Amino acid sequence: MPKKVISGNYAAAYAAKHARVEVVAAYPITPQTSIIEKIAEFIANGEVENLEYVPVESEHSAMAACIGASATGARTFTATSAQGLALMHEMLHWAAGARLPVVMVNVNRAMAPPWSVWDDQTDSLAQRDTGWLQFYAENNQEVYDGVLMAFKIGEHEKVNLPVMIIESAFILSHTYDVVDMLEQEEVDEFLPPRKPLYSLTDFDNPFSIGALGTPADYYEFRYKIAKAMEEAKKIIKEVGKEFGEKFGRDYSQMIELYKTDDADIVFMGMGSLMGTVKEAVEILRSEGYKVGAAKVRWFRPFPREELYELAKSVQGIAVLDRNFSFGQEGILFNEAKGVLYNTGAKPIMKNYIVGLGGRDLTVNDVRKIANNMKKIIEKGELDKEIDWYHLKR
Amino acid sequence: MELPADVKKRLTLPAEEHFYAGHTACQGCGAALGLRYVLKVYGNKTIFTIPACCSTIIAGPWPYSAFNAPLFHTAFETTGAVIGGIEAALKAKGYKVKGEDGIMVVGWAGDGGTADIGLQALSGFLERGHDGLYIMYDNEAYMNTGIQRSSSTPYGAWTTNTPGGKKHFLERKPKKKVIDIVIAHKPAYAATASVAYPEDFMRKLKKAKTIKGPSFIQLFAPCPTGWRAPTDKTIELARLAVQTAYFPLFEYENGKYKINMPSPSKEPKSLEDFIKLQGRFKYMTKEDIQVLQEWVLSEWEELKKKAEIFG
Repeated sequence: MPKKVISGNYAAAYAAKHARVEVVAAYPITPQTSIIEKIAEFIANGEVENLEYVPVESEHSAMAACIGASATGARTFTATSAQGLALMHEMLHWAAGARLPVVMVNVNRAMAPPWSVWDDQTDSLAQRDTGWLQFYAENNQEVYDGVLMAFKIGEHEKVNLPVMIIESAFILSHTYDVVDMLEQEEVDEFLPPRKPLYSLTDFDNPFSIGALGTPADYYEFRYKIAKAMEEAKKIIKEVGKEFGEKFGRDYSQMIELYKTDDADIVFMGMGSLMGTVKEAVEILRSEGYKVGAAKVRWFRPFPREELYELAKSVQGIAVLDRNFSFGQEGILFNEAKGVLYNTGAKPIMKNYIVGLGGRDLTVNDVRKIANNMKKIIEKGELDKEIDWYHLKR
Repeated sequence: MELPADVKKRLTLPAEEHFYAGHTACQGCGAALGLRYVLKVYGNKTIFTIPACCSTIIAGPWPYSAFNAPLFHTAFETTGAVIGGIEAALKAKGYKVKGEDGIMVVGWAGDGGTADIGLQALSGFLERGHDGLYIMYDNEAYMNTGIQRSSSTPYGAWTTNTPGGKKHFLERKPKKKVIDIVIAHKPAYAATASVAYPEDFMRKLKKAKTIKGPSFIQLFAPCPTGWRAPTDKTIELARLAVQTAYFPLFEYENGKYKINMPSPSKEPKSLEDFIKLQGRFKYMTKEDIQVLQEWVLSEWEELKKKAEIFG
């Protein structure tokens, strides 16, 4: 298989190419832009066929054009970041509501003001209720693999929902790393052409999509999406397993567990920061700490069952949120706590707000967090629930 | 009303219907008439995109549809972008677009969804040269939300957010000339049309299907409900709008303007009858009417000059 040293953004672009996307409608925004630049380059060099690239005038129109294209049966891809994603918000609901499996890469970037182009998960997490599946990639390889799986999962007849593949600003988007890409034939075999649930080209059986749903019907439309999201958990596992069997990288777990079997303390988080955390786990273990890492790959649908299984066996979970919901707490922390409330599993959980706006989380930081968690577990009570860990004092 | 003899002779509407009875338009709705003509001309092999507007409702709630053609409902401001995406997908998948047997991609949006919130997406659609047709049916206000002014509302009109009253808080801005904004993009084809002149409208629809590139039609579609006018006066109002040069019919192609008959050949009629028939103009003073009349005539002169210079 061809290995290449490429950026996360190029990994996304190659995956879109290998998935044989038919329509790309996109708008530039740092740090996403090199994804769509690369796709434009593929077209300019004649490396792709039957791909229409629509250089729209805004992200809102990007998603609207993707929706039109997807409703016409095309495999459709776009990419954005932060402000662009926020501008799309209305149409994110539309894509899910119209049951269109658009795939989008969002490069996590902090929301302004103040202006920032650096990593922060609040942009994508603020879209959690739109009906999109969300996959947080740890590294460039996962960006590539994630995009390919996203089409297969989103287009599955039991799912028919849009999928967002999320990577970190610069830490992945612009950092070059080895990506083990698949041969085109391998991708074709894994990902056959899309069989849409419906297409606007069905003139023999004309229908209207998105018509007024009165209180007598709207409710059931929502339930169907809820059900498809539940169903998506199974499909994610199936596709993740198939990917592993075929290509050697297993994604059958929605939460990747790293040395958690005998761990007392588990660091839980999403995205590229979990790379640092895993490195820290290695080092801390060599220093005698009984720690592990739980990388939440899929935030939507939320892996409730896997989290419960994990929570049963550990004493403490340190949730590292590179995001924040003002007036509440870190978003992953909030969700994880909520899942466990009605279960018997009640490890001590503490929320560390880390890395907002691209601030680095280092191995030494993780060690400090481990020490703090150790103390809390020994005492059997939290010093505080939400810790703005990096705050300058 | 007795039709003029020449109109009678020429009336040749296609018999087939693809816009069905049972739609939920108000009595006397100009937009519903317009839809009927569009579907008569283009038939079933047409993909419609309709944003939030009266036609969202007119088309029928789930699971009904008054259209014998695929219809995609979309968000208010997105018509131009969605039809661009549909056209891109058709191209990528190798479908034939336009021409005799090709697929027609039609965006059908109101004046608010076009002149205001959808203007950016419309501009993108035109500028990128998508091979489709954007129809703005112009009933001169946000009628579906209950008669609020849009930038296409004329000077002097009552709406629920320009409500007249003692202080005369009326609409005080002239109607936005969306067609001029469209023409500034130098599209393949742009035209105004009126539900009072179906043959002219249908000819323009046919033309839009033969021309490669983006087309735009601004269709004058009276709204008796919002204009506070009798429901049997829709056609008369639409006709008066043309005869007074309030809404002249013309087309733009290859940099050339052409004023279409039945726009006034001599002096346009006075606005008086057009205004009198509509309750929305009841707060206008004589001076207000004069302002509107002068605006109409000056716009008409400008259009005639354009047709003369770029004819």
